[in-house]
Amino acid sequence: MNATELVFQALGTAVVVSPLILVAILGLSALVGRALSETTISRLTQASVLFSLMPAIGILAMMLILGTRYVPIEWGDWVSIPEQDFHFHVKFVFDRLSVPFVILSCVLCGVVGAFTRRYLHREDGYSRFFLYYAMFFTGMVMSSLAGTIETLFVGWEMVGLSSALLVAYFDQRENPVRSGQRVWSIYRLSDAAFLIAAISIHHMTGEGDFGGLMSSGIWPEGTAAVTPQQALFVGALLLVAAAGKSALFPFSGWLPRAMEGPTPSSAIFYGALSVHLGVYLLLRVSPLLDVSTTLRVMVVTLGVVSAGCGALMSRVQHDVKVSLAYASLTQVGIIVVEIGLGLHYLALVHIIGHACMRTMQLLRAPTLLRDYQNMENAMGSRLPAGKSRLAKWMPNSIEQWCYRFGFDRGFMDTALDQWIVHPFVFLFQKFDSWERATTDWMSHEPSRESDATKLHPESTRKTA
Amino acid sequence: MGELHFPWMETSILVPLVGAVWIRFFANPDNSFRQAIAISALTLALTVGELIDFVTLGTFAAHDHWALIDWLFHQEVFVVDELSAFLLPLGALIHLVTVLSTLRTKAPRFSLTSCLVSESILLATFSCRASWTLVALLTAATVPVYLELRRRRRCTRIFVFHMSAFVGLLVVGWAMLQYTGSSSEYVLIPGALLTAAALIRSGIAPVHLWMTDLFEKSTFGTAILFVTPLTGAYAVMRFVLPIAPAWALQSIAVLSLTTAVYAGGMSLIQKEARRMFCFLFLSQASLVLVGLEIVTPIGLTGALCVWLSVGMSLTGFGITLRCIEARISRISLADFHGLNRQMPTLAGFFLLTGLASIGFPFTVGFVGMELLIDGAVEVYPIVGTMVVIAAALCGISVMLAYFRIFTGQAKTTLIPMHARMSERIAVVMLSVLIIGGGLVPQPGVASRYHAANELSQQRQLNPMTTVNGVVHEHVTAADDAGAPDPTFSNESVILNPPDQSHPTNHTRPITLDRLKTTQP
Repeated sequence: MNATELVFQALGTAVVVSPLILVAILGLSALVGRALSETTISRLTQASVLFSLMPAIGILAMMLILGTRYVPIEWGDWVSIPEQDFHFHVKFVFDRLSVPFVILSCVLCGVVGAFTRRYLHREDGYSRFFLYYAMFFTGMVMSSLAGTIETLFVGWEMVGLSSALLVAYFDQRENPVRSGQRVWSIYRLSDAAFLIAAISIHHMTGEGDFGGLMSSGIWPEGTAAVTPQQALFVGALLLVAAAGKSALFPFSGWLPRAMEGPTPSSAIFYGALSVHLGVYLLLRVSPLLDVSTTLRVMVVTLGVVSAGCGALMSRVQHDVKVSLAYASLTQVGIIVVEIGLGLHYLALVHIIGHACMRTMQLLRAPTLLRDYQNMENAMGSRLPAGKSRLAKWMPNSIEQWCYRFGFDRGFMDTALDQWIVHPFVFLFQKFDSWERATTDWMSHEPSRESDATKLHPESTRKTA
Repeated sequence: MGELHFPWMETSILVPLVGAVWIRFFANPDNSFRQAIAISALTLALTVGELIDFVTLGTFAAHDHWALIDWLFHQEVFVVDELSAFLLPLGALIHLVTVLSTLRTKAPRFSLTSCLVSESILLATFSCRASWTLVALLTAATVPVYLELRRRRRCTRIFVFHMSAFVGLLVVGWAMLQYTGSSSEYVLIPGALLTAAALIRSGIAPVHLWMTDLFEKSTFGTAILFVTPLTGAYAVMRFVLPIAPAWALQSIAVLSLTTAVYAGGMSLIQKEARRMFCFLFLSQASLVLVGLEIVTPIGLTGALCVWLSVGMSLTGFGITLRCIEARISRISLADFHGLNRQMPTLAGFFLLTGLASIGFPFTVGFVGMELLIDGAVEVYPIVGTMVVIAAALCGISVMLAYFRIFTGQAKTTLIPMHARMSERIAVVMLSVLIIGGGLVPQPGVASRYHAANELSQQRQLNPMTTVNGVVHEHVTAADDAGAPDPTFSNESVILNPPDQSHPTNHTRPITLDRLKTTQP
């Protein structure tokens, strides 16, 4: 290893290790019950972001100076069974896709972290917020730089968990918690598709390395070393995973619910980074699209449908954050179309631009409402609402249907509940009643003591 | 066969037994909990000592130094091998954390004597290979639970019915196997009986009702101790795997897989925490059996890793629920309890153990679950898919329980809700193991892979297991240093996919080609 490689290795390691250290510090303090002060927590977070951002910028500068387009950071095998050809390889890659994305992640996490320091000042769950935030930051950095599908999956899972927990941040109220549960459920099912895809890639190429999947060239010029059928199979699974994470059709129902969390996390997750992680995944495996035309058509179609739904839904929401979230969905849908059409760099620039703009919009949203109220108070009337040209020419029945479609959020949640959740619950409740009947019959008496469980025994002021 | 430097096994079996006698007849009731903790801690130390001693020997199997039992009966009764070396500390750990997390107010309900006797039986079980002794120990393990149900004046019909069937099938099956021999063409009959016995003990649907009933009627601690060491899986490993043909194992794997998905779904609709935990455990335990029964080296390794992770994480998950139950009685999942403010440590631990049980990254279960799914996909992709779906359902269930118990409007209580020192110690111990095993998984995986190879070797010795769709793959097993170990078999068993009618020599029988690739 020469001096240049050594510097790359040190800087690359620093980018990944810095957020891991932050998670370890905040996690341990929470586990042992030693609370840190607000100042300490926010400073640690800022330092962690800085120690990730600076080495990342350093690597970018070195890559530009040396003309390098691909810098692998090898950590070796985390787990390996050589006799069975099983390797869980930990590898991070700095290339034209990962470097902009990791720098974007660091910048936005730093900005939102600084904003949150004031926003959540003296809030009860301040340290809890920053612990989940650190987990999210770690997940984003790992996902951005992942050189293998398994490493990407690790980061992906961390982002998912932190997302669900932050949606349920205001845990004294039921609605945010129910929303967090909903988000987690969608994530788990889409993550299942991701996991199957990851293992399938393992079986196809003998390794999880993206370099193995794209056997020639580096992003975006790689050519996938798989057959069209394999590309379609894995690509479809990854598309489901991306749709779940980025709230694309038909998984858009969780997006407005996710706005139940605090504004900073809404901004960073659903305006900037988490919502783009799905499309980042599609960008990363975009060479698969060159192999299978069917997959390409699926991607474009999904993007168009999602963008259309997002546009309709964002126009009729009465909550500013939800409206912005659906506007994000529209843009994400357009980005997916760009990826489907092979416009990789345009998609990347679009992601960066959109993430920055949407973050600012979401952070500004709470004060914007107050400004509007001040203006209306000064005018003594409501602000005039404009009507688009298209709406002037649109038949009334279609306009009403579009309004209903948008207001009911595309009927996606209703459909999901009616066709999946309710039948599932009904079926298993039926099984449960059969079990009860069987155990009652075998016992010759009512067999379940749990039926007598009180709803809130903690409020009875008695010991157990 | 190697020899340990100390009678670790016999001592670790004897210590809790003597401790049980002491606590039952001589101990001051005020100090009995402290003494039980000390006895359990000493037992854990002995099993850890045995593990370290065994690992340093570098052999497949070893017996005690100065083995009294062997000398009395002129045969090797207790033998530790690659398969059981890690299970002994796991069993001791489960008992220690359960005793640690028991409140004194529960003394009239939770019998320390019974707990220590159970520990002794469990350690003896894990120190036994397939023999009449193992049959007797598996039978004896059911007695303390039965006695507790009787003492609590609960209906024992369901438990007795299932456990009688288990013991009957086990005894008859083993007796028939002694008569026919494991290489005979008639081995299928005793094999079927032993399999049925092991499946009952493992709670595979539809013979799982005893397990939900046990969680309903016994103390939570006793139920945890009876199920979490996965004694049923141990019975499968000792009695069934060495003699069962591949097609039979695949059939059992389908049953286990069905149970995993079914229990995962059932855990989601439960309205009470114990029942939810029971189904969650059942789902995860069934995944272990799936891995054991697909009999590929990767799948077996995954199953053995998941066994340890499930034992650790779900014990932690269970004792957390038990700690909460000890304070507020049974926990309804129909509404939110808002306990996060009052017990933040237990809330964090609940989430950690729950996530570890479903194989979340950086926890002890992650790599095991990856290996298990990888091994399952190798045999038949749909099996891998179902494993992933079962894990996803369990994941949703864990988070649902977390939200219901720890979030919502906090209530003011008169009793102290924070974790006591002994509970904190239990939490920290398990947390260190769960996270440590997640961050540094290689030693555990390597050891489990050796054990998986040993299982494959045992199957190789029996011609009955290598008929009907079994091919051999050359595997050069090596020790950690990379040097070939002459004690390993150089073959392992790979199953054909069901759609192939004749053996092939592909190591990965799924339709996905393995493509040669180059680094950029």
